[in-house]
Amino acid sequence: MIVETGAFALVLAFVLAALQAGIAVAGRLRRSPVLAGAASGAALASAAAVVVAFAALVWAFAVSDFSVANVAANSHTDKPMLYKVAAAWGSHEGSLLLWCLVLTGFGAALASARNLPFGLRTSAVAVQGLLGALFLAFAVFTSNPFARLDPAPFQGASLNPLLQDPALALHPPMLYAGYVGFSVCFSLAVAALVEGRANAAFWPAWGRWVRPWALASWIFLTLGIALGAFWAYYELGWGGWWFWDPVENASFLPWLAGAALLHSAIVTERRGALAGWSTFLALLAFTFSMLGAFLVRSGVLTSVHAFAVDPERGLMLLAILGVTAGAAFALFAWRAPQLKGGGLFAPISREGGLVLNNLFLTAAAATVLLGTLYPLILEAATGATISVGPPYFALTFVPLMAVALVVLPAGPFLAWKRGDLKGVGQRLAVAFGLALLLAVAGWFAFEPRKVLSALGLGLGAWLILGALAETAERVRLLRAPVSETLRRARGLPLAAWGMTLAHAGLGVFVLGAVVETGFRVEAARPLAVGESLQAGKWTVTLNDVRIAEGPNYLAEQGRLSVAVPGGAAREVTAERRFFPAGGQTTTEVGLDFRGLDDVYVVLGERGQTLAGQPGWSVRVWWNPWARLIFLGPAIMAIGGLLSLLDRRLRLGVGARRPGAA
Amino acid sequence: MGEGLRLRDLIRTLLAALCLCAASTSSAQEPPPAPDVPLADARQEARAQALFDDIRCVVCQHEAIADSPAGIAADMRQLVREQIAAGRSDAEIRADLVRRYGDFVLFSPPVRPGTWLLWFGPFAVVAAVGTGLLALARRRRPEAAPLTADEEARLAEILADRRDPDAMASDD
Repeated sequence: MIVETGAFALVLAFVLAALQAGIAVAGRLRRSPVLAGAASGAALASAAAVVVAFAALVWAFAVSDFSVANVAANSHTDKPMLYKVAAAWGSHEGSLLLWCLVLTGFGAALASARNLPFGLRTSAVAVQGLLGALFLAFAVFTSNPFARLDPAPFQGASLNPLLQDPALALHPPMLYAGYVGFSVCFSLAVAALVEGRANAAFWPAWGRWVRPWALASWIFLTLGIALGAFWAYYELGWGGWWFWDPVENASFLPWLAGAALLHSAIVTERRGALAGWSTFLALLAFTFSMLGAFLVRSGVLTSVHAFAVDPERGLMLLAILGVTAGAAFALFAWRAPQLKGGGLFAPISREGGLVLNNLFLTAAAATVLLGTLYPLILEAATGATISVGPPYFALTFVPLMAVALVVLPAGPFLAWKRGDLKGVGQRLAVAFGLALLLAVAGWFAFEPRKVLSALGLGLGAWLILGALAETAERVRLLRAPVSETLRRARGLPLAAWGMTLAHAGLGVFVLGAVVETGFRVEAARPLAVGESLQAGKWTVTLNDVRIAEGPNYLAEQGRLSVAVPGGAAREVTAERRFFPAGGQTTTEVGLDFRGLDDVYVVLGERGQTLAGQPGWSVRVWWNPWARLIFLGPAIMAIGGLLSLLDRRLRLGVGARRPGAA
Repeated sequence: MGEGLRLRDLIRTLLAALCLCAASTSSAQEPPPAPDVPLADARQEARAQALFDDIRCVVCQHEAIADSPAGIAADMRQLVREQIAAGRSDAEIRADLVRRYGDFVLFSPPVRPGTWLLWFGPFAVVAAVGTGLLALARRRRPEAAPLTADEEARLAEILADRRDPDAMASDD
């Protein structure tokens, strides 16, 4: 009964979303607040219906109702409750429902936004309703998560054990919140183009309205990608955290577009300039989200389709992508030339800096897009097969971003309209000098000596110190009495702290990525019990291996001690788990956290040592500063959150209501 | 996004499971993969490791042979080590692999007319857009036209007003 309620609620949600779009269009055309109110009501009701459907699906998973095909295919009675619930969004049908949940949820939030003018809000609600109707139709007609099985099997096929992991239970909701959050930016951009405001007063307000949505989505996406990378790091057992895999790239594209949008919207808000460009980015961010969903779901990027992949459904997604993005960009091409340019600015100015940021972020996005799609296109066009992997991105993406990061700290120091580069140089001289010193120190400190890694260290330090220097300048640290500094610090808007943290967090990430990539040490050898292996300064000894039983798996549990000369040895546990339900094996990495470093231990297959004794293959990585790789994005997300909490954004203070009827 | 990793991992686990089966049944199956024996010379081994990162495991999902647990990856690693030990250069080893498996086997695609867009596209975008923006900025600058005589007079007036001590505490 609950399952049928869910199925009904899903259909209801689709009907309501379609009504939302229709009524909103009518309300906008007739300038009727009553109809617009009804459309907002439909948006709320549609979201509520999807919540009911989603809850019903989670319930079906929680009680292991195997008469539901989706549950039978993805769950198992032995699984811990967390993973039963998480399996609700582990399949194609379930993740699409999650997508719809976020889409209608954001739609409801948009419909209840108080500070938007009538015309813009009603049009945006219409677009959001249309998006909701399209995706809900996709769910209802091709991917019904509530389809029944008759007869119901006694046991389910279980969820891929690699996904049975706390980080991965959280990763998809975060990622989807980010992906689909950009739908609101998309709707607001389409609405702005439809409203076709040629008056310059409209765009600063639009920049302020779109920014919180972009910021919220970007925060979720940052956390979602970082969680995914962390999961890949400790669950796959390959020692790496980012593989430039097409699917990772697919999640990175909207992040880059979103980051560009965050910055260009500032210019639009403050100066009314770059209105067309910000609109374009708002359309692009959600288009990239949909492209990512298509690439992942259709399986066009992978030659072996074994998982939640269905070319026919992929084609449907491509159709949705083509219709929505095609229409939106056509509208853009038609209306953009009519947009009034905002304030003028010199190349050396805050605006100029933000334009430069956007130039590099979009070029980076273009690189990732090229690298991801080029093999497909080339094969389709010429039949030649190529692979595009990490070495390509190291030669294209990395230098482009490096240039962008070198100029980044100067940006916040530049004045609007016309900046003074010399003054900026003077104020950043100390930070630059210190960063340079650190680069030199790094060159001596890390073996083997690598010029590029030392420069990367300097770059990370430069980002952190540059961000801090900007805050220090604003509170007149050490230049004014302490009381004055404190007063100024209290007076700084949250957004200013947010920017400092986000930029410093990026620096923290760069430090971690540079050191981990440049100086990681790997060692692998089959070990008999009692034998040791050397990875850099660490000695890893295999103490014993025993069989352990988990809730739904059997494990070979290896206990190894990690020791360093002159330090205490610590024990880590590395496992190889066998899940009988799916006949699959996973590795559980043993991680010894040593300050900023990880000693990362993987227990491999049973085999023979080189001396012919029975043993286990053991792989060890010493990943220096790996902690910073995941700490950096967390700091960036906190920075984004501070910015989002800023009063100016939250209350829309000073929002003009030019379109109010 | 998790799904793609998932796909890759599924392959990986399946392969691992296959290896497990091969190990346990051990009869009439292909021989176990070659064990990873590092080269004695540390410099040669470093070269080998660098090559492993650039060579794709030909039966895997977007995995370098450095990472892959598949048997063929182990065989390819051994092949690379043997060739390095035999004194072949990195370029020769790459060329040899491309002869056997095609361009597909290298993660850095070859630079030829068909891939110019891939390799130079990103930099062309920056150069083209950057030049365009600079040109635009140059063209726009004259728009800040010199002041007319009237405006000059008004400016002088305003500046004179600013001598007023109240007006001095101005912008911060």
